[in-house]
Amino acid sequence: MLNFVESVQEAVSGIKDGSTVMIGGFGNAGQPFELIDALMDCGATDLTVVNNNAGQGDQGLALLIKEGRVRKMICSFPRQSDSWHFDARYKAGQIELELVPQGNLAERIRAAGAGIGGFFTPTGYGTMLAEGKETRIIDGRGQVFETPIHADVALIKALKADGKGNLVYRKTARNFGPIMAAAARHTIVQVAEIVPTGALDPENVVTPGIYVNTVVRVPAAADTTAGSTTGTEEKVA
Amino acid sequence: MGVMESSIKTSEAPLSRDDLARLVARDIAPGSFVNLGIGQPTLVSNYLTEDQDITLHTENGMLGMGPEAKDDEIDEDLINAGKIPVTELPGASYFHHADSFAMMRGGHLDICVLGAFQVSVTGDLANWHTGAPGAIPAVGGAMDLATGAKDVFVMMTLLTREGASKIVETCTYPLTGVGCVTRVYTDKAVFLTGPGGITVRETFGCTLEELQELVPVPLKAAAAA
Repeated sequence: MLNFVESVQEAVSGIKDGSTVMIGGFGNAGQPFELIDALMDCGATDLTVVNNNAGQGDQGLALLIKEGRVRKMICSFPRQSDSWHFDARYKAGQIELELVPQGNLAERIRAAGAGIGGFFTPTGYGTMLAEGKETRIIDGRGQVFETPIHADVALIKALKADGKGNLVYRKTARNFGPIMAAAARHTIVQVAEIVPTGALDPENVVTPGIYVNTVVRVPAAADTTAGSTTGTEEKVA
Repeated sequence: MGVMESSIKTSEAPLSRDDLARLVARDIAPGSFVNLGIGQPTLVSNYLTEDQDITLHTENGMLGMGPEAKDDEIDEDLINAGKIPVTELPGASYFHHADSFAMMRGGHLDICVLGAFQVSVTGDLANWHTGAPGAIPAVGGAMDLATGAKDVFVMMTLLTREGASKIVETCTYPLTGVGCVTRVYTDKAVFLTGPGGITVRETFGCTLEELQELVPVPLKAAAAA
C-alpha cells in the first residue's frame, strides 16, 4: 500500500532492530540524507546496510556506523579518503564487511527485485571475491554463482513522485534507486516534489509506483550543509 | 634482429604521462564507447578529438559524459565514478546501476582504460588490492570493467618506485580479472597480450634488448599490424 507521510521521522518509524536496509546513492548523488538522519534518530540498531560505499565524512551513513548501529555492511567500495568512521569500526573488528564488485552488487539487488534465485556472472571469476562460490564454465568462460540481495527496507531519493508513487530521478542521482525500490519489501522515498497524478509523462516514469510504499517530501536544500534538518513540515502546494 | 628491434623504437625518450595519454587516445577507434578509469586513464579524455566521436561511459550511470564541471556548471547530481562533478554532452543518457553494469558485462562497451599494479604475461590484471595485512579491501567497479569491456587497455609506469617491473610472469597481488588485459601502455613500451603471450608493439627511449633487461619475462617484437 502507498502512503504519503508528513515527516521523515514518520517515514522510518517502522524500521526494526536487525533489519536489512538498502540505502541509495553513489557518493552524495542520490543519498537520502534526511531519511538516514531520521533512521539515526529512531534508534533502530543491529542493522545490515546495503550501499555502494560505507559512508563518507561526518554525515549520513557514516554517522550510523560511528554510533555502532550497523552490524554489517554489504558494499563495493568502503575505503575512501574520508571513510574514517567505517575504517575505525572495521579495524576494531566491530563491523562485518561483505565486499561485492559493484556490478555484481547492482545485479544481485536487481535479481532480488525480479524474483531471480541467482545468476552466473564472469565478474570476479578467478579472484579472491569468488572464493567458496560455485563456478561453471559457460560458453568457454569462467563464471561465478551470485545470489540475490533482499532487504526489509529501502531508503532512496528521487526528484519527483506523483500521487501513484511513480518516480522520476535527476541525472546520475538515479544510480541505485530503481533497483533498490524493487528489491526491498518496503520502499521509502524522499522526493523534492510531489506532483498531481497525471503530471508525470507515463513514457518518462523510471520507477513505477508498484515498487513504492512510503513517500515523504523533503524540499531540495539550497545548501547541502543545511540538509540534516527535517524540513518536511511544509505542505505540498 | 637488430633491424627489427630498432624499428619498434618510436621515440628517443620515455613518454610523459600526457604523451602516453595522447597515444592511447589516438589508438581508440572512431565511434567507440569507452570507459576511462580513475586516475591516469582520465587524462586520455584531454586528447580525444571531436572527429573521433567517442562516447564516454561512467559506471555510476551515464553515457555521453562531458569534461569536468567548472564553477557554475557544478551540479551535485551530476558526477563521474570518481565522484567528481562533470558535464553532459548533447545526446547523453542516464540509467540505473544494473543497466550500467549490464552494458559492460554484456560486451557493449568497446574499451576501458585502467591503471594497474601488475599485469601478467597471460593478461591477468591486479589493480584493486595490495593484499597488505590490515588494508581495507575496496573493489568498486574494477572487476566488472576488467571483465566486461571488449578491450581492456592498461596505462601505467613500467616500473614501480623501487624499480620492479609491473609486467610479471604471475601476479603476486590479488587478481582483478583473469586473462582480460589486451594492451599495456607504459612510459617505456606498448605491450600486446594474446594467445601467443606478450609482445612489444613499440618502445620509447630504449631498444627491445634494453627493455628486456627491465622485464622478467621473455619479450619479442609484435608482428607488424
